[in-house]
Amino acid sequence: MYRYDEFDERLVRERVAQFASQVARRIDGSLTDAEFLPLRLKNGLYLQLHSYMLRIAVPYGTLHARQLRQLARIADEYDRGYGHFTTRTNLQFNWSKLKDVPTVLGLLADVEMHCIQTSGNCIRNVTADHFAGVAHDEIEDPRPIAELIRQWSTLHPEFEWLGRKFKIAVSGATHDRAVVKSHDLGVRIVRDPASGETGYEILVGGGLGRTPFAAKVLREFLPREDLLAYLEAVLRVYNLEGRRDNKFKARLKILVHELGIEALRALVEEEFAHIDKARVNADPQEQARIAAYFAPPAYEDLPEVSRKLEDAQIRDPELARFVEHNLFRHKKRGYTAVTISLKPIGGTPGDITSEQMRAVADLAEKYSFDELRVTHAQNLVLPNVKLDDVAEVYEALKAHDLATANIGRITDIISCPGLDYCSLATARSIPIAQVLSHHFADPEKQKQIGEVSIKISGCINACGHHHVGNIGILGLEKKGVESYQITVGGDPSENYALGELLGPGVPAEYVPEAVDKVVSVYLAERQQGETFIETYRRIGLAPFKAAFKEIADVAA
Amino acid sequence: MAAVKRPPLPVILVANDLLEGDVVFATADGWSRDPRQAKVAQDDAAAQALEAFAAREFLHARVVGATLVDVELRDGAPVPRHIREAIRALGPSTRPDLGKQADFQI
Repeated sequence: MYRYDEFDERLVRERVAQFASQVARRIDGSLTDAEFLPLRLKNGLYLQLHSYMLRIAVPYGTLHARQLRQLARIADEYDRGYGHFTTRTNLQFNWSKLKDVPTVLGLLADVEMHCIQTSGNCIRNVTADHFAGVAHDEIEDPRPIAELIRQWSTLHPEFEWLGRKFKIAVSGATHDRAVVKSHDLGVRIVRDPASGETGYEILVGGGLGRTPFAAKVLREFLPREDLLAYLEAVLRVYNLEGRRDNKFKARLKILVHELGIEALRALVEEEFAHIDKARVNADPQEQARIAAYFAPPAYEDLPEVSRKLEDAQIRDPELARFVEHNLFRHKKRGYTAVTISLKPIGGTPGDITSEQMRAVADLAEKYSFDELRVTHAQNLVLPNVKLDDVAEVYEALKAHDLATANIGRITDIISCPGLDYCSLATARSIPIAQVLSHHFADPEKQKQIGEVSIKISGCINACGHHHVGNIGILGLEKKGVESYQITVGGDPSENYALGELLGPGVPAEYVPEAVDKVVSVYLAERQQGETFIETYRRIGLAPFKAAFKEIADVAA
Repeated sequence: MAAVKRPPLPVILVANDLLEGDVVFATADGWSRDPRQAKVAQDDAAAQALEAFAAREFLHARVVGATLVDVELRDGAPVPRHIREAIRALGPSTRPDLGKQADFQI
């Protein structure tokens, strides 16, 4: 894992001191609320429905045990004993006090963490495939370039006050687990078929929210050495050409839509041609220094199959279920990546208590080379577990209510905080997730339904990724009452698709029945081995719409 | 000052405490964290008085985001009509152990 050098350390410490001074000046009245607002947003501090909320960056979703333990300490001493992992792989504390924030930022700096790039109109915290570096289908580990992009983008003077926020995701695998096409800019590591060299496919203009668009390919193959110069060209064109007259039309996706990808490409290529590449691109030595931090840990040479785990599964069918659902194929023989579900039946998706944080930190230290990942689906990953150790890890997780065997299943629901916490929300989303989780709780039923994703947002801003849920739920307000629109067919992967609306919104109490109808169509229509999304692609929207109409008519 | 659009009467004044961030309610003589203590303005003059209080308190950096919220009276206590404000006055509906609902056993 990357460790701060003297520059990183100094930058973060200076930022803590700067914000401490800004908070003091706000408290003594020498800064007005209007002056303070953009400053606190530059430090991840929001004012939500009940309290301030502090959003902590987890760059490319990578954490180590010491950091998670420190988050547990902050949860206990300065919050209410829990935190919430988001779809941007950050951690939010929901009950922050302004007067405590400088101290909390100092505690974060002690473990090389901060809240920079978690809000405001800057280049946001870069996200990545949560199996980066361990996935069997990986061309190359994307974390070194994620870290490079982090260093380049952090407090970049030219891009500190963009027209709107700018989100970047990176992936190095053939299968997209980072929702690359939902980002302002996506970097996919690809191999040039002719030369065999690796380089980057650059996608731009993706986004969810009120105007969802799939990102389009801007450059099919960018040589490795030019990454930062090319990103700088894209950002410069966006910064100059992007709209600033209307907040809702200020994202890069609108510029791509209004100009067209060809025109944007011409502008970017022209800018790129004039950039002093030697000045902007990373020094190869510096790149090598960064990459060295992500060198594989000291794996043991192990057999492909663990007899120990196989025997344990025969004795314990629940462990067998966990192995079936929560393990991901590792590139190193004898190892696996274990996903820890933060979706217990009836729980709040993404929430984790301080006690659970400490338990997971212990497991990361003992069984996973001290490493952890946060997924955009609001779960955690122990990326380097020996197959021989899985049964022990499972037992430890079970003791902390962290062993739910449901990854990729219908109860592995993404949900934003919604109206229970968020001041932007128009409807609650957590209670919908909870009721659906209970509704589909039966493990046999979940197994029968197989792989399907439900994603819930409590407003049009789509933090819950509802557009790309196989089943998407959007909470709105209709005549003062919460109302839920349901879409089907969304897909966050390399087969990216936005969901199609089934019909009018329905009240909360009809949502489980409506989702049931949708699932029933799939179960009735599926062919051998088909997942929900595959059946949807084959049979189209109409049968789902017809089934939904029965509920919508009753609800109307 | 331009005319401000007000919610229908009766109303209470709700804000966030600057230092704590906690939701606070204007009372007859200051702020309370207990929504049941909120001073209820039944007419325009009383609502205007709450607005004037909000402006002063904001200027003195004691609260932020002060807004009038329309309520109905239940057992003599004001209850916000809109779900957003109702949740704000009580705490997360999914966590009865947190927020005002827990602090004041509402």
